[in-house]
Amino acid sequence: MSDDISTLRRILREGRTIAIVGLSADWHRPSNFAAKYLQHHGYRIVPVNPRYEQILGERSYKALEDIPFKVDVVDVFRRTEDVLPFARSAVALGARCLWQQIGVKNLEADALVRAAGLDSVMDRCMKIEHARLFGGLHWAGVNTRVISAKRPT
Amino acid sequence: MADRNFQPETLAIHAGQIPDVATGARALPIYQTTSFVFDSAEHAASLFNLQTFGNVYSRLSNPTVAALEERVAALEGGRAALASASGMAAEAMALMTILQQGDHVVAAGALYGGSVSMLSVNLAKFGITTTFVDATRPEAFAAAIRPNTRALFAESLGNPSMLLLDIAAVADVAHAHGLPLVIDNTVPSPYLCNPIALGADIVVHSATKYLAGHGTTLGGVMVESGKFPWDNGKFPGMTEPSPGYHGVKFYETFGDFGFCMRARMETLRVFGAALSPMSAWQILQGVETLPLRMERHSRNALAVARFLQSHPRVGWVNYPGLPEHPQHEMLRKQMRALDGVPMASGLLAFGVKGGAAAGEKFIEGAVFMSHLVNIGDTRTLISHPATTTHRQLDEAQQRAAGVLPDMVRISVGLEHIDDILWDIDQALARSGA
Repeated sequence: MSDDISTLRRILREGRTIAIVGLSADWHRPSNFAAKYLQHHGYRIVPVNPRYEQILGERSYKALEDIPFKVDVVDVFRRTEDVLPFARSAVALGARCLWQQIGVKNLEADALVRAAGLDSVMDRCMKIEHARLFGGLHWAGVNTRVISAKRPT
Repeated sequence: MADRNFQPETLAIHAGQIPDVATGARALPIYQTTSFVFDSAEHAASLFNLQTFGNVYSRLSNPTVAALEERVAALEGGRAALASASGMAAEAMALMTILQQGDHVVAAGALYGGSVSMLSVNLAKFGITTTFVDATRPEAFAAAIRPNTRALFAESLGNPSMLLLDIAAVADVAHAHGLPLVIDNTVPSPYLCNPIALGADIVVHSATKYLAGHGTTLGGVMVESGKFPWDNGKFPGMTEPSPGYHGVKFYETFGDFGFCMRARMETLRVFGAALSPMSAWQILQGVETLPLRMERHSRNALAVARFLQSHPRVGWVNYPGLPEHPQHEMLRKQMRALDGVPMASGLLAFGVKGGAAAGEKFIEGAVFMSHLVNIGDTRTLISHPATTTHRQLDEAQQRAAGVLPDMVRISVGLEHIDDILWDIDQALARSGA
């Protein structure tokens, strides 16, 4: 899996369309917080949740395979043991990265997508990592571990 | 490229501050503003819902204050930090976020007088009770834990008792009972001791002392480790929808920095003990040289302790940096060493022969050592705790806090060691007159 600052920055810069598996329409669920944050920072989010027609103004798809356009990142809010099928779909769809959220750490899925040339992130939150590496989390007093003499870009 | 684990000397200068986005300023700008504009009504709503991170009002967060927060979090090896107007405020933010009416605390007996007052008087007014125990015995903490206990509180290095806590052993006691260990790490500073690495869950600092280091500025910082399992059933305030912040579940939403977010949005926001940006900037100027200063403070204090030991007018010396001190091995285990010598800060205590009266004469006879009640200044400071910092306590409480009637406390400064020894020697000569 990828876990260093430069790789995470590249993934977050290059991936602009994010399929979010297990996104909740309930505003105070963590997945909704993360999706709302990503939208606010210019990402297109694509909800994947059969329970809803629409979330945060975007059509919700029943399955990754139903999305009629290319997605860059498949971001998974599901239990660790349920991740593997989404990893297979991410590879089949030509996504660049499988991102398993905080608390989600399926090693088989990690190995599968890496063997197919995708980036793989586990046990991290896209919102928190974006905020950590691009400024916002610093304002909340979090130890971002960013040390640099360059202006952030 | 794997991320580098930078050393504390580097973190003390760089952590939490990269060149300013807007201007490229290399040193930290002072954002002396109460408020921050919203880009749109939608942006305002997202900020208030905590769905995006950003500054709203400087009572909650401020970019200059944030640099101090992140720097101290980095130096402590913690996940996040929250600054406040003083060390007492930092302690209050930590305890008032953990505790509610009916809860109980087990605290070390030998504590800074202000902490004793907060626990035994102020929090007691809100129905939070505290049992004080002998901090040299980890089993005493265990024995005092009740079903309603929600925190253990102690100092890494006691002021002015100079008592070292076996942090790992007390952390084990706390964790065996599902409780967080809160450590006041003011005296060693994060350069000499990192309680989180030894098992502590929350660290509080009076940044007024060694962090700021020049006797100019009040401030406090609270750091969370990010490792405590707040969902163990004892802390519904962390896991249930917050009535104070429109239903946010802080631990679920913010995970390993959820405690600091809750302390910021529920406790600091309401009680208002925010640190001013100007003060944060001044404290950070101090933090940049913290490692250099702690080395010199510790080296000077060890020389003072040795000098006092052999002085005919001195009854006793309490400095764990002395090899024969009963807790010297603990010091070696928990504190940073310089050239193999474990550092013990600039703080030490001793007894002047002739009791309290001789102690007062000593203090009045000093030439450049200042009689005041702060510690951690560049200047050497002297005080008589029994009649100043611990005056509010009765003699039994004073003894429990490690304060003896003849005790003089010295916060050894950064003057030349020969001059410090000269002033001590001449003042001791006057103490017997």
